[in-house]
Amino acid sequence: MLELKNVWKSYRVGALGSKRLVAVRDVSIDVAPGEVLSVVGESGSGKTTIGKMVLQLTSVTRGSITLDGVDVTAKGHAQRKEYYRNVQGVFQDPFSSYNPIFKADRVFETVRESYFPQVGRQEWREKLERVLQSVRLDPGSVLGKYPHQLSGGQLQRMLIARALLLDIKVLVADEIISMLDASTRIDVLNLLAELREQGLGVLFVTHDLSLANYISERVVIMRHGAVVEMGETGKVFSDPRHPYSRNLLASVPQLHRKWSDDPVEPEPLEPDGDREIDPPPLTKVGDGHWAATG
Amino acid sequence: MTLEVEDLRVHYRTVKGDVRALDGVSFSLADGEIVGLAGESGCGKTTLGKSLIRLDGRMRHVGGTAVLDGDELPIGDDRAMNAHRWKGVSIIPQYSMSAMNPTRKIGKMTAELLKSRGKSYRALKDELVRRLELVGLSEKVLDNYPIELSGGMKQRVVMVLSTLLDPSLLIADEVTSALDVTNQKAVAETLVKFRDMGFVKSMIVVTHDLSLVYQIADTIMVMYAGRIVEKAPAETIIKSPKHPYTKALIGALPEVGLEYGDERLKSIPGKPPHLLNPPTGCRFRDRCPLASEECAEEPPVVAVQDGHEVACWKAEV
Repeated sequence: MLELKNVWKSYRVGALGSKRLVAVRDVSIDVAPGEVLSVVGESGSGKTTIGKMVLQLTSVTRGSITLDGVDVTAKGHAQRKEYYRNVQGVFQDPFSSYNPIFKADRVFETVRESYFPQVGRQEWREKLERVLQSVRLDPGSVLGKYPHQLSGGQLQRMLIARALLLDIKVLVADEIISMLDASTRIDVLNLLAELREQGLGVLFVTHDLSLANYISERVVIMRHGAVVEMGETGKVFSDPRHPYSRNLLASVPQLHRKWSDDPVEPEPLEPDGDREIDPPPLTKVGDGHWAATG
Repeated sequence: MTLEVEDLRVHYRTVKGDVRALDGVSFSLADGEIVGLAGESGCGKTTLGKSLIRLDGRMRHVGGTAVLDGDELPIGDDRAMNAHRWKGVSIIPQYSMSAMNPTRKIGKMTAELLKSRGKSYRALKDELVRRLELVGLSEKVLDNYPIELSGGMKQRVVMVLSTLLDPSLLIADEVTSALDVTNQKAVAETLVKFRDMGFVKSMIVVTHDLSLVYQIADTIMVMYAGRIVEKAPAETIIKSPKHPYTKALIGALPEVGLEYGDERLKSIPGKPPHLLNPPTGCRFRDRCPLASEECAEEPPVVAVQDGHEVACWKAEV
């Protein structure tokens, strides 16, 4: 459904844009309906840039992004608005996603103004309540409140509800639970899994491997802007082929298993080289499992 | 015994009244012990860390004592505390990245810091360089401005600076939260190394990440709504928790190897009570699956085993 083909992105940095920083290198991934695809990597690996490109918040330098076969690069305001009917994003910090001066439910009102001006008040109210219930929120306890009166989990679920008002096909979730508390983050995670069962495609950007493992069928591991390993979650996590993936997995803190129980030295990795050249190609290492050579 | 905290109470002053962020916390810390302090945001864990080194303007010391190496810390007296800071108690702050002076080179900044304590930079420079090398940094960083280093490097510089005078108590406040998993592991292991090499006598590691603190701590304390609800050796807390809150917290943690289809993780319903007017009795009772009438009374602290203390009516001994 959503497909990225050989996508590159470079930013201009430095004084007057004198230098180029290649953030994403030759990435090809796809998200099917009813699937959660996790993009995992360290900071600076380009995972957030991918989300931003899908959401059209930044341009694509080379390559193409298509939704149901149609190129998504918008030509103007009207086209972009149409695109956002299908694709929406939720970001890391729920507290800064809201304007603290206005009530939190204003995010729904803005959707109504721009997308459903003809819908009547009563009908809108019913639609809103249905959506809020689908994200496991009690309409009475969240509507009419200011952002500071709601918890991070509630705010984050309201943003998901806002996206669902638009009958979206793809949700870009960029680190949406890393700022939430352990006791509430699971609600948001389980909610994503339920929405997936209803046919929503989710691009789940995270640095937390255990979350990726919990929620997604397929995982993409990125480093220095390029994909180093991708495939079915179970296969990648049980049998990581790229040294970087192995290092990552070895350093995840786990309950019931201490690092000191079986100390592993991190494997040496290739340093960050010339990012302008093509990254090492992916080769098939098993059924539904690809890893970069070298 | 390095640290002995007895019934510590610290409140925040607000226009609506006092917020009881720490409401009667008692614990002790042995020499060479690393204690992990875990809990959700707003449970008072950062307040506890801060009150042992420096209260900020809104915080007020209401009662209780903290005794470090036999001397009582003058918690309420900012000026008197100064004599204990860095040498007695030291802290690695939550946002180490922004803890350094951006207008000074790191070497110059360190020299100024040491001068304010009446120490000579020249005398300590060899030791400083040795410790920087220990965490994988070269002497050259002393000639860098903080902006020239990456987040992980800045974190390591701050760690070395905080422990340079061999404090007997180090408070590490969420030091790994802003880092990647690989950096996280390196930083956490460095903390243990510092303890093993005797740079710090004992340590309180404040974190919301139970699985990380399990990796490095000897003892774990779980806080809820301004109080310690359970304290036990790290193994015990994870393998046989007694307090319903600890159990729920562990039950909500996703792990590598666990998939949504296999087992559905459960969240804890409700949210922590507001500490402006905390409820009487057990503070977890509104969210607790086991709550009954007796929970309206203050729960006793029960020692279920040697070193395993639980503040709950339902803890079977």
